[in-house]
Amino acid sequence: MSDIKQELRAYIAENFIVSATASLTDEASLLDSGVVDSTGFIELISFLEEHFGIQVKDEEMVPENLDSIANLEAYVKRKRG
Amino acid sequence: MSAPFTPAALELDCEAEIARITARMQDIVFNRLRRKGVIVAMSGGVDSSVCAGLAVRAFGPEKVLGLLLPEHESAGTSAELGEVVARQQGITFLTEHIGPALDGLGCYRRRDEAIRHVFPDYTAEWKSKIIIAGGGVAGMTFFKIVVQPPGGELLEKRLPARDYLQIVAATNFKQRIRKNMEYYHADRLHYAVIGTPNRLEYDQGFFVKGGDGLADLKPIAHLYKTQVYQLARHMQLPDAVCNARPTTDTYSLAQTQDEFYFGLPYEKMDVALWCHIHGRPAAELAAAIGITEAAAERAYGDIEAKRRTTAYLHARPVLIDDVPEIGH
Repeated sequence: MSDIKQELRAYIAENFIVSATASLTDEASLLDSGVVDSTGFIELISFLEEHFGIQVKDEEMVPENLDSIANLEAYVKRKRG
Repeated sequence: MSAPFTPAALELDCEAEIARITARMQDIVFNRLRRKGVIVAMSGGVDSSVCAGLAVRAFGPEKVLGLLLPEHESAGTSAELGEVVARQQGITFLTEHIGPALDGLGCYRRRDEAIRHVFPDYTAEWKSKIIIAGGGVAGMTFFKIVVQPPGGELLEKRLPARDYLQIVAATNFKQRIRKNMEYYHADRLHYAVIGTPNRLEYDQGFFVKGGDGLADLKPIAHLYKTQVYQLARHMQLPDAVCNARPTTDTYSLAQTQDEFYFGLPYEKMDVALWCHIHGRPAAELAAAIGITEAAAERAYGDIEAKRRTTAYLHARPVLIDDVPEIGH
């Protein structure tokens, strides 16, 4: 597992519903699975910016970038270049 | 198959509805709650004004106490309109300025501290509000703070989670202190407290737990916002009440409910909620309010997301074991 993915999983497990996180696949929607709600979503954005040192633009807040661990990992990699 | 939605679906027989609600209010307050009258906090908005009108019809003006509860940032028109409605309805009313209590609790200071994390130059002389943004996908929304220095232009930035939460937590003091004052007078008079949410607010969790969400009865929580306006006009409430757009009156910059919470104007939200409740396909909602089918799907998703997120606000305290002697 990549470092980014590991760090994302650790953050989600610590901050959101842990019981749902254990069985969460990399491709599962964080919103649809109930792991992250609307407040959790903005917490996640803050985490991405502070932890990975990236700036999430308003127009980048779409499921293709942010709604699964796999999408988040790919997004962070792209942003870091 | 049901006929497509038309505005007639939301039209009330106002006289019959007023008779039904007021009969229920009498039974609830006198027989179930065993209270002598009711407290209505009057913001000058259509919901509290209609509740006041219903209370007068249910109990007579002598058993209704109106409260005007301004704070430092209330729109000047709120207390004025509340007073106009109270006088029109013949209700005794009191003005209790909650600004000093909010100062004491640090409501404004705590909020401003969070705003300064985003706008370091912000001072108490600036005005501010929060707006909802994003919304391309249900749940994937975020919030922006909008500020305006004296004589300056509007500036806006996205809010980090901790600052957003601190601003909301601090401003929630306003609704909670108002409710404290309502219960002070309710206890003093052995009255019940009226809650004034309409169906959109109640269904979508647009209230503060322990604040405006707290009440002994909520006489219009089953009515869509457009229906509340119908009752207001039927009861001949002042034009300024019947024609006003709903605002939050919580932030120092004017803030409509749709820019803070609902995402759609109330007329469209009413139809969206009605269609969702009645199991109508997104295409029917789209045709009814002039949006794309994809936008209608998002509106349905948003309704469901808000219900999930705010279920906690409706929940009573959860016990480890049932206490059946108390009934739950």
